[in-house]
Amino acid sequence: MPVLADMIARGRRIEAHRLCPRVVVDDDLWRAFAAELAEGHATLLGLWGDVGAVHMGLLLEAEKAISVVTIECPEGYFPSVGRVHSPAIRLERTIRDLYGLQPEGRPDPRPWLDHGRWGVRYPLAATQEPAQPARPYAFLASEGESLHQIPVGPVHAGIIEPGHFRFTANGEAIVRLEERLGYAHKGVEGLMTGASIEQAAKLAGRTSGDSTVAYAFAFARAVEAALGVDIPPRATWLRALMAELERLANHFGDIGAICNDVAFALMLAHCGVLRERVLRTAAACFGHRLMMDCIIPGGVCVDLSASGAAQIRELLSAARRAFPPLIELYDNTASLQDRTVGAGTVHPQLARQYGCGGFVGRASGRDFDARRDLPYPPYDLLRFEVPVRDDGDVNARIWIRIREVEQSLALIEQILDRLPADGPLRAPVTAGLPGEGLALVEGFRGDVLAAVRLDSEARVERCHLRDPSWFQWPVLEAAIEGNIVADFPLCNKSFNCSYSGHDL
Amino acid sequence: MRRILFKSILQGPLTEPAPGVDDAELAALAAQVDHAARARLGRSLSIREIDAGSCNGCELEINALANAFYDLERFGLRFVASPRHADVLLVTGPVTKNMSEALLRTYEATPAPKWVVAAGVCALDGGLFSGSYACVGGVSAVVPVDLYISGCPPTPTALLKGLIALMQ
Repeated sequence: MPVLADMIARGRRIEAHRLCPRVVVDDDLWRAFAAELAEGHATLLGLWGDVGAVHMGLLLEAEKAISVVTIECPEGYFPSVGRVHSPAIRLERTIRDLYGLQPEGRPDPRPWLDHGRWGVRYPLAATQEPAQPARPYAFLASEGESLHQIPVGPVHAGIIEPGHFRFTANGEAIVRLEERLGYAHKGVEGLMTGASIEQAAKLAGRTSGDSTVAYAFAFARAVEAALGVDIPPRATWLRALMAELERLANHFGDIGAICNDVAFALMLAHCGVLRERVLRTAAACFGHRLMMDCIIPGGVCVDLSASGAAQIRELLSAARRAFPPLIELYDNTASLQDRTVGAGTVHPQLARQYGCGGFVGRASGRDFDARRDLPYPPYDLLRFEVPVRDDGDVNARIWIRIREVEQSLALIEQILDRLPADGPLRAPVTAGLPGEGLALVEGFRGDVLAAVRLDSEARVERCHLRDPSWFQWPVLEAAIEGNIVADFPLCNKSFNCSYSGHDL
Repeated sequence: MRRILFKSILQGPLTEPAPGVDDAELAALAAQVDHAARARLGRSLSIREIDAGSCNGCELEINALANAFYDLERFGLRFVASPRHADVLLVTGPVTKNMSEALLRTYEATPAPKWVVAAGVCALDGGLFSGSYACVGGVSAVVPVDLYISGCPPTPTALLKGLIALMQ
């Protein structure tokens, strides 16, 4: 869209921001960008607060490019984006909770992450305010005959993360689901402010434990962009190897767990074995089952030995033997398909509007994968396909993940074949000029965004991490409508949104 | 499906032997637990897991306890869906302020005698998240803790050793 490019050219360019442009705009231009989002000319990648400013990440899908637009708000107000583009609503509520900046004309005045328990209001603002007494959360009303409410959480029956779901049901059919999140809010971004790069990298790796590699990868790339660091080639390839192992482990585990939610325990048992084999191989190769803290700004901190590479090749052949019969089992079990086909359907238009990443988007026709569309090394040198479907139900999400397992197995093989010979694993990351960087990395769940601003001593001045779940949780509310209450765990697991990554 | 089931029978189980009882680490864990508690719990435990704001890393490893390699249930250890059915609360995370009331209420909903196991570095003292405006910092700030299992996240083997220590 040349219109958007022209609009970006009208803003004041920030030279210190690297790998994609960042421009400061006035109120009118900000509103024009919001209108472009609402028109579907760009996809919202993120909307995050800062001291006295708000940043908006935009994905221009036609040009396959990212831009960041900033509005300065010395008065503490900015024009609401959520007013015209609903995917921004929860992000704006969060900006207000953390920074006290008010979205003018906001459609939803309720707090989001702030449950009135922090002992402080606007914890990340320049001046904080004392907390107000917690008030009961006003859930949206549902009107009609014979409706009843079912409150669920934050402590769930299974071993999962905390969150609250408020169902309004008519008999068995769900009329409305409203999510209330924020229970896992740990204040990650607050802890990062002023932290050293090493400390912040550890925090980034614990934003969402199942995506620790993706977060560490995204944070490291953002820091390297800010400081203009080039990392050694072997480190680049090892990063991708870890990222694909993480994707594999999560896909195996979740395919089994989704089937278990319709009481088909055989798939869980066999997929659980495959997941465990991946984690054990990761531990043998990199010293940690989830590969936490293995990717660091500047490179990686563990090397892959020859025996490690051999173990990964063994894992590949074991998975290639064990997985096809399981795919066949899924495909041939009518009682399983009876539950997954047609359940929890996401309309492609909604996936596009919300810019749903990962298998949620790709099962509903959104053909986007950061590894292919905004390629970062070494994915620009690798061959892989991005599976896409249009049916958008639980079954489609399972099939996308099955196909992604096959792609990841092929990718790991290519990486092992082409891994550069022994060499340095880490480039020095030293303080220089203050800089800013942004990176988008494809985790198993979707694209993880990291935006970092460093000061002249290479300390983090502001770091924002945006989980793909921000644009998937709201869509789950729509997908569940008209399904029966008993199918909620199934639909929820087929999304597998992160609570911790969202709550930060 | 029949083929897969047949093959599983012929292959034999993947389940690994229990971590050794003479292990020094296990002895140290067992020392943390009162003898009377172990006598009361006997040889079976019902466990209710509570995520008090962890990053989900601990939950992944707790879930792994149910896979074929660790097969938690052979030890008489069982995860239950309600605190009212539980002997033990297994708590993870730095206890976010938004979760502290839910944790306390779950503890109060658990019938006595009851024990609390805190798993992971965060549950010990808040870990990396200690000092945050949004975290209480450690499970013991909200409910009394009987046993700590360390690690970030604790491996399934470490979790298994800790839970066995509660019973022996």
